[in-house]
Amino acid sequence: MEVALSFVVSVFFAVAIYLMLSKHIIRILLGVSIFGNAVNLSIFTAGRLMREVPPIIPEALPIPEAATANPLPQALVLTAIVISFSLFAFLLVLAFRAYQELGTDDTDGMRVAEPEGEPMPPLGY
Amino acid sequence: MTADSQWLTFLALLLPFAAAAIAPVLTKALKHNAAWILALAPALIFLHFSGFVGNISEGETLSAGYVWIPSLSVDFSWFLDGLSVTFALLITGIGTLIVLYAGGYLKGHEHQGRFFSFILMFMGSMLGLVVADSFLTLFVFWELTSITSFLLIGFDHSREASRRAALQALVVTGLGGLSLLAGLLVIWGATGVTSLSALLASESALRDAPLYMAALLLILGGAFTKSAQFPFHFWLPNAMEAPTPVSAYLHSATMVKAGVYLLMRLNPVLGDTVAWETILPVFGGATLLVGTLLAMRQTDLKLMLAYTTVASLGLLVMLTGVGSEKAVEAAVLYLVAHSMFKGALFMVAGLVDHEAGTRDVTRLGGLRKAMPITFTAAVLAAASMGGVPLFFGFLAKEEIYAGLGFTDGWTSLLTLVALTGNGLMFAIGFAVALKPFLGNKVETPKHAHEGPVLLWLGPLVLGGLGLVSALVSGLSHELVSSPMSSAVLGEPVTVTISTVPHIGMPLVLSVVTVALGASVFVMLERGRAAMAGILTAIGWGPDRGFDQVMRGLTRLSFRVTNIIQNGRLDYYMTATFVAVAAAVLIPMGLYDEWPTPPQLPRMPFYEWTVLLIALIGLGAVIYARDRLTAIVSLGIQGFAVALIFMLLGAPDLSFTQFMVETLSVVILALVMTRLRLSPTDHRPTGEKVLDVAVAGTCGAALGLMLLRVTQVPFNTELSDFFSQYSRVIAHGRNIVNVILVDFRGTDTLGEIAVVMIAGLAILALVRIRSVKPITENREEG
Amino acid sequence: MRTLIFRTVAPYLTSLMILFSIFVLLRGHNEPGGGFIGGLIAASAFAIYGIACGVSPVRRALYFHPMAISGFGLLVSAISGWLSLAFKVPFMTGLWTKVSVLGVPVDLSTVLFFDIGVYLVVLGSITSVALALEEREHG
Repeated sequence: MEVALSFVVSVFFAVAIYLMLSKHIIRILLGVSIFGNAVNLSIFTAGRLMREVPPIIPEALPIPEAATANPLPQALVLTAIVISFSLFAFLLVLAFRAYQELGTDDTDGMRVAEPEGEPMPPLGY
Repeated sequence: MTADSQWLTFLALLLPFAAAAIAPVLTKALKHNAAWILALAPALIFLHFSGFVGNISEGETLSAGYVWIPSLSVDFSWFLDGLSVTFALLITGIGTLIVLYAGGYLKGHEHQGRFFSFILMFMGSMLGLVVADSFLTLFVFWELTSITSFLLIGFDHSREASRRAALQALVVTGLGGLSLLAGLLVIWGATGVTSLSALLASESALRDAPLYMAALLLILGGAFTKSAQFPFHFWLPNAMEAPTPVSAYLHSATMVKAGVYLLMRLNPVLGDTVAWETILPVFGGATLLVGTLLAMRQTDLKLMLAYTTVASLGLLVMLTGVGSEKAVEAAVLYLVAHSMFKGALFMVAGLVDHEAGTRDVTRLGGLRKAMPITFTAAVLAAASMGGVPLFFGFLAKEEIYAGLGFTDGWTSLLTLVALTGNGLMFAIGFAVALKPFLGNKVETPKHAHEGPVLLWLGPLVLGGLGLVSALVSGLSHELVSSPMSSAVLGEPVTVTISTVPHIGMPLVLSVVTVALGASVFVMLERGRAAMAGILTAIGWGPDRGFDQVMRGLTRLSFRVTNIIQNGRLDYYMTATFVAVAAAVLIPMGLYDEWPTPPQLPRMPFYEWTVLLIALIGLGAVIYARDRLTAIVSLGIQGFAVALIFMLLGAPDLSFTQFMVETLSVVILALVMTRLRLSPTDHRPTGEKVLDVAVAGTCGAALGLMLLRVTQVPFNTELSDFFSQYSRVIAHGRNIVNVILVDFRGTDTLGEIAVVMIAGLAILALVRIRSVKPITENREEG
Repeated sequence: MRTLIFRTVAPYLTSLMILFSIFVLLRGHNEPGGGFIGGLIAASAFAIYGIACGVSPVRRALYFHPMAISGFGLLVSAISGWLSLAFKVPFMTGLWTKVSVLGVPVDLSTVLFFDIGVYLVVLGSITSVALALEEREHG
């Protein structure tokens, strides 16, 4: 199972990076969203996999009866999902506002902060 | 040191900074008269430190301090012996006079309060520097003097020359400070001690250490830049852009002496080696000659004095380097004498400038009637500088010649250098002191008359002190010269020289010096023309070099910025992911940590199906040609991930992922209806190939790393802890939730704060009204 | 999107989802669920309501501004962490007590309040984002 998921995770990463390398902000956004899933899946896989036994202690026992899925990566990933969603929403709105203000969805056209052909700073004191 | 005295000393070290804090307010209320009150601060510190003189002249040393950072064994500590107390007295004594002088000099200046504040801060830094014991205290105060002197030199910040001089001083002394820090760390590594007192007690441990040479060169880097030794001398004359009180204080009596202080302080542990006795006299001697020759070229009173200061610092370094008992005594005497006469002469130059409106020596003359008190002070100071008998400078000069002599070729050479330097300094000193006052009256820009008491008090006191201290030379030696020389030499010595001339080699050399000086004085005009000719012929100096280096740095950083930060997002992304792939693959290759080739996993068909759905979703995102397909495909891969979580025993994750994917699709749909998704990728094929290669490599690298991670043994300690105690001590059966809200609750608190901040930021972005709304280009959908 | 059926069903759907979200929140300590999931469910409920009936009915129904709810949630979480300091135990230590409601023993704990805070933060922030975007859609 880990082997199969490692392969799937590498495809997730490759697709996310390919999308993020393009110049259209909407494709970059899709890439960011997939990238979040890729990272979450890899943390989850690195914590080892266990089929269909959630980390929940039965009513009658003080500790889990048998081995359960590793709870630690689950806790890490759970907050990561929510936070990567917040980040995604923020980027989405940012991209939208940038599109409205600058009239382009091409990152090459977004050069307000770093305009092309900036003059050399003054050499005096 | 008793507890009371320790506490008082600590307060004394803080007092200048406290005074600096109230200076602007006080100056606003009292105008220039605030100087009288502010001068109390250095005066009180002076009194405090003079209380130690008695004990120290009997050979005691005092050290005390407080623990600063115990975990790093760093202390805030100080060390008082003849050397540091003499410096403390010079700093606070002259400081008192300078504060008063600044009160008169900058009377009515709109930023006078700021000036007082800066100069008091500088005083506190300098005081801390000379009494510091632990290396860290020393370094911190050393850097503080660089920073406060930057503020003082750039005080008149509306002039470019001023800004340049300030930056130059900061760059040169700041580089020296780094060198000093490195040197102190080397000493720490070589000897294991972190304080000067312990280092001085370690005898020759440092001299015998294999790192001695490195430590020496780094320390010299700090000392030579601070004390303006050739070829770092250029910043000091440029610093004359500062108001005259600054020049009189920093660039004669205090800051530039910090380097000399450091050399004297470390003489017992670093000195007495061939390297020390070669490097110091060579650089010191060169600085002495260069300084005096350049001084001849100048017509500006302050610049003439500045170059002679460079020369004097060279002389002090040279004498410290020679290191014999007499030479060190000479250095001590000359250092004290120089602080007094140079401070006085600078203040005289400022006073003349203030009253007559110019400080160009060729445009001044005949002021003796208009400014009799200033004239008196100038003559007293110049007499000490020229080494006229009965003055303190005379004692120093006699001792210099006694310390050098003609015993062998090397000392003869140094004697000749000292003789030339002293002769030229004699000429320039009297040129500054006499030329503006004697001769026919010259029309000056302002109608000159005697300045107010605030202005002439300082130079008169310092000039007079040069005479009085020599007249009671027995007492001066007992209280100051002998303890200080002992501290520099590391063994008790007694200075005996007196003002009564006695026949011998030193006296002959003194007479030759005066004769040389007098003849140069007469021919000063011709000498100046000759020097000007030579300098024009050379054409290049370290000062121009500094400009070239700074311009080169600006150009270089401009080019580097243009290459590294070219403003193209895809470039940044490519660079980042190439770096990620390299960071993962290269170590794996180097340490041969490749995963072992896996076997095809045996999984039920529904698991294969879910994974396949995820991959199909990913492919569909890439090939999506319109908005709806893209959103739906994104949803597919997200729900597939949720299913994977579900199959692998993570129901919480699965629910969360479902909800998040649903919401993502909803808000994407809401926003994307307004955004244009290009049906095709506009990238040219070459770029696409490159991107595929980068993305593929990076993805494969991360996948391989993950595979390798799952193949090494797994440490379940932490997970087991949570499973064992979730029910027992946290009363929860859902271990994931217990970790989130109980075991790692503080993390979660931070995370929900992030969620909320993201919400606020989004709200702010949505609410901002566009300055000029772009309505065209908007695709309706 | 605003079909008659959708508009008629939406209020009931929303109420049901919110009830469900509270159920998920409260059972979270022992069964799958918790503040994060509950908050997300509730936020989706309001988003659906907003899509169906417009933003202003949602704002009226919520009464408070969603970001205010979010801020209140953060406050609740922080206070339930600080409460442990009053009992001289380190920050964030869980405190438990049993109270009897109508004869049924109920476990009350600072951990529960912390989770409620998480629920409110997630609900508030995400509802706020969704509503802000929907408003632009219709505005």
